[in-house]
Amino acid sequence: MSLSSVQSETTVATPTAAVRTRRRAPRVRGTFAANEFAVMFRRVRNLALLCALAAIPIALGAAVKLTTRHPNGGGGGFINQVSNNGLFLVFSSLTVTLPIFLPLAVGVVSGDAISGEAGQGTLRYLLVAPVGRNRLLAVKGGAIAAFCLVASFVVAVSAFVVGLILFPVGPVTLLSGESISFGAALVKAVLITLLVAASLLGLAAIGLFVSTLTDTAIAAMAVTVGVTVLSGILQSIPQLSSIQPWLFTDQWTSFADVLRDPVYTPNIVHNLLIQGLYVAVFGSAAWARLSTRDVLA
Amino acid sequence: MTTAANRAADAGAATTAIATSGLSKRYRGGQLAVDGLELSVPPGAVFGFLGPNGSGKTTTIRMLMGLIAPTAGRVELFGEPIPQAGNRVLPRVGALIEGPAHYPYLTGAQNLARYDAADRTADPSTRAARIGTALERVGLANAAQKKAKAYSLGMKQRLGLAAALLQPRDLLVLDEPTNGLDPQGMREIRSLIKALAADGTTVFLSSHLLDEIEQVCSHAAVMSRGRLVTQGTVGELGAGLRARLAVSTPDAAAAETVFKDAGGTDVRVEGERVHCDAEGLEPDAVCAALVAAGVRVFGFGIERASLEDAFVALTGEGFDVAQ
Repeated sequence: MSLSSVQSETTVATPTAAVRTRRRAPRVRGTFAANEFAVMFRRVRNLALLCALAAIPIALGAAVKLTTRHPNGGGGGFINQVSNNGLFLVFSSLTVTLPIFLPLAVGVVSGDAISGEAGQGTLRYLLVAPVGRNRLLAVKGGAIAAFCLVASFVVAVSAFVVGLILFPVGPVTLLSGESISFGAALVKAVLITLLVAASLLGLAAIGLFVSTLTDTAIAAMAVTVGVTVLSGILQSIPQLSSIQPWLFTDQWTSFADVLRDPVYTPNIVHNLLIQGLYVAVFGSAAWARLSTRDVLA
Repeated sequence: MTTAANRAADAGAATTAIATSGLSKRYRGGQLAVDGLELSVPPGAVFGFLGPNGSGKTTTIRMLMGLIAPTAGRVELFGEPIPQAGNRVLPRVGALIEGPAHYPYLTGAQNLARYDAADRTADPSTRAARIGTALERVGLANAAQKKAKAYSLGMKQRLGLAAALLQPRDLLVLDEPTNGLDPQGMREIRSLIKALAADGTTVFLSSHLLDEIEQVCSHAAVMSRGRLVTQGTVGELGAGLRARLAVSTPDAAAAETVFKDAGGTDVRVEGERVHCDAEGLEPDAVCAALVAAGVRVFGFGIERASLEDAFVALTGEGFDVAQ
């Protein structure tokens, strides 16, 4: 939420002294956006989601450590390399969490965004405060995007720490065959985590839209997670090859292309394009819905 | 608190606090919840908003606050159109709509901080102090650091009121503010409303408790089946009804005859109580006639119409759900 949207005409009927202090007051710490972030990352449910995400690399690392003599697993091929280089736990953890666990967490938080407020009745009090419907949607959208970023980094950082503890680390051999230093590989790991976070934005936008349709948070969460599953199913039906390039899950694995030298960009760009498109379409739909909606809850 | 009074005075008589014209709402089911409402709440009034359940009170309040869009008609708060000017006008309005609502996982103070942050005109540097004052005013200062999910119904109601009192307001819209409170709490809230009104805040009070309206309000409006039946000062509402002359006696039949002989109209016998329209009768003469006729008079007097009588006469019903 931009701070420039502070209204200047709102203080018409207030005493002049109050007007002066109001205009000079530092806004960042007191803004609704700051409050939304604080509430989001203080809420036990969201912290539990993040803890569960952090636990996945631990389980994955432990599994690899215990079965290291029988390298034979999924994780997009990365998992076989984890025992040689702990940094690969970051890549394999992101590969494992992206199709299911990250969408689940994002679906819960985004599906709850507006519907949760409506369901508990706080939406009407925010609106008469007045928060402004556009501002509310912008702040909610920003908070969900921040959650996507935080959730992805929780997985990555947890995997990095577990990898560091359980496995040797060193130079990384890329998919294209070259070997790069640990430091350079770390930069690529950060880039990959950012791309994973960006991959979730399309789903987040769908969740935000669905949450403007209902007052029942659990329904919005279920629909959002269901859409991810549906997209995965559509992905596996060959007859639907014409629409598959436009499914938001289509290029989710494209982040692996960062592990080439030079980075192979077409699929990454396509993924960002898809996510941008979904954000634009479902963001507009959410705005159209919320700005005209009768708030009866 | 003189600022609110000054502002109300500055606003002058020209800007009505709440004005609606032809306000109607038809829900998607086709049901006409509010039909051509012409509401006018003068600044500084304590305005009682009455009606049976399902008569359209809450729908009206939601339209006043810009939460739902009218099917037809206009709403103006302090002369500015709602919902268009909502961001400008609503900071001057505190509201309690259809019961309080809170974030159960936040403390009372954190709940208020969130609502205050949502208001762009609220100064963050005075927030903590204003929250403290608001909690103090509704008697929740000791429960400020308790999670809202641990609050009782009455405490939640108080917290909802505290949210409405975070800033000095020009208008308070309170939907059933004493709901869930014990008698002591009701008295506290009523005296709080009176104190706020004395400072010049306009109060729009919807309530099911007629004696509450009678105690607190200067003006009132009555809704029935989506239509406004009447509005005016509380005195005017009662004035529409005639006083009754009533006698308590075991000799009901004899008393009835005396009333009729004295020219009383609309004579009714209810057990040991006989009453008739007091219009045009001399109470002292009727009493003497009763005694002369050998009627044993246990009680005798003129009964003024209460707001409840006015209400029942206007809506033709008690507090049953309409339809």
